[in-house]
Amino acid sequence: MKWFWYASPQTFYPLAGRIALWCGIAAVVLTAVGLYIGLVVAPTDAQQGEVYRVIFIHVPAAWMSMFIYVVMAGWAAIGLAFNTRLSAMMAAALAPTGALFTFIALWTGSLWGRPTWGTYWVWDARLTSELILLFLYFGFIALRAAIDEPRRADKAAAVLAIVGVVNVPIIYYSVQWWNTLHQGASVSFTRAPTMAATMVAGMLVMALAFWLYSIAVSLVRVRCMIREST
Amino acid sequence: MLAAARAIVCRDLLVAMRRRSDVALALLFFVIVVSLFPLGVGADPALLHAIGPGVIWVAALLSSMLALGRLFEADHADGTLEQLALGVAPLGVVVVAKAAAHWLLSGLPLVLIAPLLALQYDLPPMLYGVLVLSLLLGTPVLSLVGAIGAALTLGLRGAGVLLALLVLPLFVPVLVLGAGAVEMAAAGLGAEAQLLLLAALLVAAAALAPWAIAAALRISLE
Amino acid sequence: MLQAAGLHCERGGRALFRGLSFEVGGGTLLRIAGANGSGKTSLLRLLCGLLEPTQGEVRWKGEPIGRLREEYSRELVHIGHAAGLKDELSAAENLGFTCALAGVAASDAQIHDALARVGLAEKKPIRQLSQGQRRRAALARLALSGQVPLWLLDEPFAALDALAIAEVQKLIAEHAGRGGAVVFTTHQDPGLAGARVIEL
Repeated sequence: MKWFWYASPQTFYPLAGRIALWCGIAAVVLTAVGLYIGLVVAPTDAQQGEVYRVIFIHVPAAWMSMFIYVVMAGWAAIGLAFNTRLSAMMAAALAPTGALFTFIALWTGSLWGRPTWGTYWVWDARLTSELILLFLYFGFIALRAAIDEPRRADKAAAVLAIVGVVNVPIIYYSVQWWNTLHQGASVSFTRAPTMAATMVAGMLVMALAFWLYSIAVSLVRVRCMIREST
Repeated sequence: MLAAARAIVCRDLLVAMRRRSDVALALLFFVIVVSLFPLGVGADPALLHAIGPGVIWVAALLSSMLALGRLFEADHADGTLEQLALGVAPLGVVVVAKAAAHWLLSGLPLVLIAPLLALQYDLPPMLYGVLVLSLLLGTPVLSLVGAIGAALTLGLRGAGVLLALLVLPLFVPVLVLGAGAVEMAAAGLGAEAQLLLLAALLVAAAALAPWAIAAALRISLE
Repeated sequence: MLQAAGLHCERGGRALFRGLSFEVGGGTLLRIAGANGSGKTSLLRLLCGLLEPTQGEVRWKGEPIGRLREEYSRELVHIGHAAGLKDELSAAENLGFTCALAGVAASDAQIHDALARVGLAEKKPIRQLSQGQRRRAALARLALSGQVPLWLLDEPFAALDALAIAEVQKLIAEHAGRGGAVVFTTHQDPGLAGARVIEL
């Protein structure tokens, strides 16, 4: 396959534009479908009423935040191994979107927590892990921003992303363990309402929509970076 | 290779002995932070019992992090870091030697003074052993993982704060396990699980961190 | 022995030099000349492996230095702008550690002789020495590096007085005479006969 043909920023530029356009359109369509399923079709929950509908944004956003981090680390690793600038640009382009989804996950989680358990913030294991993931994203972005020399910035951020991706499971499990030790309390996102099939379908559609949105937005960002670097 | 590692550790210790204020400051910071908490939350003995292990551990974390600024910066400024990179010992060995010297100067003092601070919080003496052991296992991990951050931010403006942002999330597992070990012991349950996990983290850090630190140093020296 | 093939160097988005190729054999003196900012220091760092070229490669006895790593480090001495000395230690202590790190065995007597050769007999810590004295302490290493084939020196004559300059010139000439190679950058006329020049 002619993958390496597209490794040059100049040849990738028009391809990125086309992919971004189609993914963007698909994302808008799927978001509409997903929100329709989530807000209209899915039944009202017996315990939590209408508020639970925020999971149609919260859960897909959380999935994307973790998925994007792994993909970002993957691109960074490729950039480090093959010394290609475009791979490093892809990693840099994904970071803000990943951070955004992490923030959305935290914010919607907070909105869910207030009516359901009475507090805006709960030290639930998953929310706490999301918070630390947000710091990891910020660290990546901040490190890139602090280094003037572009090649050093690419490589340093790549090492950071790889170290982060290795640590994320360790952090997640240690926070899980910390949570069971200290809480054992009633607040827990793992005890979300048992999922009716429509709810699962709604979340999957939204997840797909978010994924396509991420692709579109990152590619637009990469195009901007390509323009800036020439 | 080992001769070079020994030379690095000896040199760092010799330099530190002639600049004792650096080492003393980090230790002093640890003591001050631990002493500040009762002033902030009140001196209720039950409260202090409950927060003691956590406070000591957080203070150890912050103190380690402050000391990281000294790990590579001075050598970078006077050109000795480049000489280390061009030496006959592999860079992985060099960084482990530097991290070891750094731990001896900033981690070990924390471990040794922790029982005194536990006294301040009126923690029962039976916990001293677990506290010291958890710090003994945890502070080297902090030195090794922190060294990655120190290497990445070498020579940058605002490196201190950036280092904190990069490295504190990675410190979280050590904090959770370390403080948790002492709390488990305080509750009368065994702390073996946490201590074993800390030991596992130490082994993993010793195996993997040198690669990351060496890679980061090469990138920063370019 | 040392071969540079098609070196491209980019710093801060700007290309410093392109397609630079040359060879340095035993007994050669190579002077790298050029205006400030033309990439002299970068070229020297490329040659010792601290910097990676955007294109091209550096080879030592036919092997790319990226693959040789420590084996290549064993065969070279690099003295850069910064002295490479710890402020808190004396010149002799510094030289002792430097030799240990370079895998060069040096007794106390040899260290003392090397320092005497560059005219430095001070036992004070480096912090208390003048700029010229620090420079001499850094260069004293050369007197103990006779067995190391390649010397890469960045501005070796900077901040030295006439006597010290003469001594360093002698060290360099002797090394070339032994069959070693010396690559150096300098603004001044090095006064070394038979030095090739590369202008950046």
